[in-house]
Amino acid sequence: MPTKLPPWVNYGLLPLMNLGMAFLVAGLIVVILGESPKAAVDLLVYGAFGYGEAVGYTLFYTTNFIFTGLAVALAFQCGLFNIGGEGQAYIGGLGVGLVGIYLGHWPPPIGIMIGIMAAALFGGIWGFIPGWLQARRGSHTVITTIMLNFIAASIMTYLLVNPLRRAGQQIPESVTFDQRMWLPQLHELFGGLGLVIGRSPLNASLLIALVCCLLYWLFVWKTRAGYAMRVVGKSEPAAVYGGISPAKQIMIAMTLSGALAGMMSLNEVLGAQHRLTLGFTGGYGFVGIAVALMGRGHPVGIILAALLFGALYQGGSELAFDMPRINRDMVVVIQGLVILFAGALEHMFRPWLEARFARPAVPAVA
Amino acid sequence: MSVSVTAGALPPAVALEGIDKSFGPVHANKHIDLAVQPGTIHGIIGENGAGKSTLMNILYGFYQADSGRILVDGRERVIQSPEDAIAAGIGMVHQHFMLVEPFTVLENILLGAEGGWTLQAGAAKAREALLRLERDYSLEVDIDARIADLPVGIQQRVEILKALFRGAHVLILDEPTGVLTPQEADHLFRILESLKEQGRTVIVITHKLREIMAVTDNVSVMRGGEMVAHRPTAETTTEELAELMVGRKVLLRVEKAPARPQAPVLEVEHLEVVDEVGVRRVKDVSFEVRAGEIVGIAGVAGNGQSELLEALSGIRKATSGRVLLHGQPILDAADARAKKLGHVPEDRLRMGLVRGFQAYENAILGYHLLPAYTEHGFLKKRGIIGHCLDWMKNYDVRPVAPLLQGTSFSGGNQQKLVLAREMEHDPDLLLVGQPTRGVDIGAIEFIHKRLIAMRDAGKAILLVSVELDEILSLADRIIVMFDGTITGELSGAEADARRIGMLMAGIREEAAA
Repeated sequence: MPTKLPPWVNYGLLPLMNLGMAFLVAGLIVVILGESPKAAVDLLVYGAFGYGEAVGYTLFYTTNFIFTGLAVALAFQCGLFNIGGEGQAYIGGLGVGLVGIYLGHWPPPIGIMIGIMAAALFGGIWGFIPGWLQARRGSHTVITTIMLNFIAASIMTYLLVNPLRRAGQQIPESVTFDQRMWLPQLHELFGGLGLVIGRSPLNASLLIALVCCLLYWLFVWKTRAGYAMRVVGKSEPAAVYGGISPAKQIMIAMTLSGALAGMMSLNEVLGAQHRLTLGFTGGYGFVGIAVALMGRGHPVGIILAALLFGALYQGGSELAFDMPRINRDMVVVIQGLVILFAGALEHMFRPWLEARFARPAVPAVA
Repeated sequence: MSVSVTAGALPPAVALEGIDKSFGPVHANKHIDLAVQPGTIHGIIGENGAGKSTLMNILYGFYQADSGRILVDGRERVIQSPEDAIAAGIGMVHQHFMLVEPFTVLENILLGAEGGWTLQAGAAKAREALLRLERDYSLEVDIDARIADLPVGIQQRVEILKALFRGAHVLILDEPTGVLTPQEADHLFRILESLKEQGRTVIVITHKLREIMAVTDNVSVMRGGEMVAHRPTAETTTEELAELMVGRKVLLRVEKAPARPQAPVLEVEHLEVVDEVGVRRVKDVSFEVRAGEIVGIAGVAGNGQSELLEALSGIRKATSGRVLLHGQPILDAADARAKKLGHVPEDRLRMGLVRGFQAYENAILGYHLLPAYTEHGFLKKRGIIGHCLDWMKNYDVRPVAPLLQGTSFSGGNQQKLVLAREMEHDPDLLLVGQPTRGVDIGAIEFIHKRLIAMRDAGKAILLVSVELDEILSLADRIIVMFDGTITGELSGAEADARRIGMLMAGIREEAAA
């Protein structure tokens, strides 16, 4: 008999229980390593939120996760698993980089605007390719997006080692962009308003990410186009019956998904590094899958999940720095546990909760 | 165990005492008592959701009752799994067969009863036992045939054989005739009779009153999770049973005036449909549907009706031939709707409704591009909910809750919602597939009245149904399909179940005569 959990359990209690479970197991590992779990938690929380600079870094990472989380969630609305956020972000970075290298001297708002569009466009193209392959050739997006990640990485390595490398140096990275291309830092922006936050790479990309959350919400649930996309995601036969072309929707969804992933590069390339570097995507594309799952595909959930992973990234590196027995890899293990419990084992507690909180799916009908 | 046919003094073959079962706040079985006499055929009827299946699943060990006792031959048994049920001599034939299609009959029956790690010895023993069973119960089956090559009627016999082979003395059949032609159903009833004569006990779950009257000795009626009546079949009538099931008087016959057909709305010419795997599903089919008439397509499920319906509605590309609506070809599903074609699909859960969508979102599926529902690309949520509310009231969809998930409504109410959507957009031609499948009697009555009213308003209706009674009571003209071809056409007045049954089995009238 189908049952449905009340929203506060589905969206609140269940993710919290999964998270609690992840921390419990992580705590056990900390104990085995001979450190105090309480001290570790204190350090982690302090490292993530304890002082202005830490908050800035946490939010900086959060921005990456919002973009990639939204990307995965949007594809998921159309029933697609986009594992290629990493490659799409990388290629999006190529778009930004080309604008930065060649149009960097353009007046500020115009150059940056073109950069933003280039990130979305390049990422979108990298998403459209697997979308087209799925829609027209039946090649599964899970396979093709993974493969395109490798292709993206190879292309970028080639470009950064050869044509785009700054003349006269061995490091595979581009020239630093003209200052006019840099996205405003938030600590400067807020400083102008009289708010003092610590110095960090946190930049205007966070605001762009939040605008994307709003647009995502409007598009998916309020527009005709989003409706058509969701019908395909929920039931392809129903879409065909309703005169909606699944092939078209799949291509649109993958393109928009790729564009969102591509915009992650704004944060890293235009916001922080101000040049194109090797591997700046750093696995954020993959973590986006966990963010989207944990956030239940809803923008508020995605923001919260992104914040959690941002805190884990930032607090985790403090932890590795201060606790000798816990190294960088240990922090990755903790993040992995969160992904495991929140993503892969997402439904572990569901039957148990359903036995307690389930409402009947079929209301009594007289 | 041997049970003599002179029942009465013997304990019941199966007795359920005070069975109670809840799923969360849904009380599916309320203190059910049931006694099935050995060597009889016992019918259990009730509307969808009355709790029949839950009760039988408790007896077969799929669910455990919250309270109550199960007695088999007078002894209490604890049945916690189908294995326990089989050990207690209870077998079940499900509505959807549990057979491995690429395996042979013998391999399917051996499954789970292999009798050793090499198959040979067990297979030889099974072969002997099966041949004996086939002889005893006139269950003719070629035990070396592949399941995939057998018609559904024979597959069902395999399921019965499987249960008997495992030693079932009590056989439960869940909606056994849903997929059978009338002739196959008659054969099934003869098999059940011979099982009874040999002292076995049969429990039949169905919602078809005619079958209950034809084949059972006793009948129990369930309604709303309760057992409302037990009757010897000889002492009751279909009218009484229908009233007990629904809880009020039901009109079993549809009242309708003669049709007044006008100009053709739909013209189908030499239509051919070849499916994805290259099988010809629809073969050179031509017919027309006129305004103001209901044309019924009868046939056993899987004889090309589904593909025909999909081709007509633009969902599936026809391989050749023409489909004309008001003289214009239909390009695709969106084009069909633009040309005023409504379509109530056969499988409402897969096509007609979107799982996980709220009722109001489902209410515009296929019509989401109409300006009535959108403005500058945005959905007019409030307006859509308003329309949905009106339709729910007019079509008696309960509960009247546009924000409730579409699939949370009962089958009948889901169907009324789909019907409302397709009818309220005022189509000139309505394609209706299995309008009352999984729908309870009260809603069937309502849906039939609506279809007649639409016909009387001068609309053309094409009705595809595997329920012969439905075709007979609604259609003004009846087309019978077998193996993708039209085997005959009868007017509603001259049609009867026997003639249609012959055509459904592929025996054309001139050949039979």
